[in-house]
Amino acid sequence: MTTAVFWILGPLAAASGFMVFRFSSMARATIALLVSFLASGGLLIWLGLAYLGTVVILMMIMEMVIMAVFMIAYMMNPAGLMPMAMYHNKRGSLAISIAVFALLAAGIFAAPWPRRAGAPPRDVTFQLGAALMGPQMLTMIVLGITLFATMVASVVLATHRGRYDRFGDDLKRRPPADPMRGGVGR
Amino acid sequence: MLQLFLLLAAALFAIGLYGALSQQSIVMIMMGLELMLNGVTVAAGAFWHYLAPASAAGQVILVVVVVAMAVEMAAGFAVTTAIFRARDVDMTDMAADLKR
Repeated sequence: MTTAVFWILGPLAAASGFMVFRFSSMARATIALLVSFLASGGLLIWLGLAYLGTVVILMMIMEMVIMAVFMIAYMMNPAGLMPMAMYHNKRGSLAISIAVFALLAAGIFAAPWPRRAGAPPRDVTFQLGAALMGPQMLTMIVLGITLFATMVASVVLATHRGRYDRFGDDLKRRPPADPMRGGVGR
Repeated sequence: MLQLFLLLAAALFAIGLYGALSQQSIVMIMMGLELMLNGVTVAAGAFWHYLAPASAAGQVILVVVVVAMAVEMAAGFAVTTAIFRARDVDMTDMAADLKR
């Protein structure tokens, strides 16, 4: 059964991931990425990680909704009404990614993988919670601080500069000349 | 079966790498990075299930990757917003130009 589920969800995840960079419509690319994440989340759930698989699925649905909004806000062709090519160094990128895949595949088949040690606990989610609140507490603390720092940095970066902004300690310093109005030079 | 899951993870990683290297749009580059991290989640889940299900280490790695995804997304969109606001740019090639 695991094999059947893998052969349904695995190729779906890879193919939809590939289609992200083939669609000319940004909306379709976002949906393709979402399908890839849903398939991966499904595989995680099938592997016994019900909680983390669900977290991945829910998080990715929200992320893709936000991404769709940003696509429409920033990109010139969100609906894909005109074919567009926004690539650079396509051949070089393809060569590098194929080489990386070949290297990883060679490692996967060449490595002497150990046998399975132990069996999964009855409550897998409890296993994760007990680890994060126990021996892996430092990991949890670092993750928490990282998320907090990201929140602060994101707000600082995304917020429009206000009337009280100045550049450095010198109160008389003029803002730099800016090519676009509305930026640091107003 | 572990090898198949890892092969899928490698494929997702390679596809994401192709996108991250070849795309000009910052949002599309972020999609490539997300796909690379997606591959890492599949690999971590497979490692946990097929190698050490009695240990929580595999699950903890998955949590770290999920947090990395969230951080990448939030920071990426914030940087995109900042550079779009400052220079009206949403492509890496334009952002790399040192022009007034």
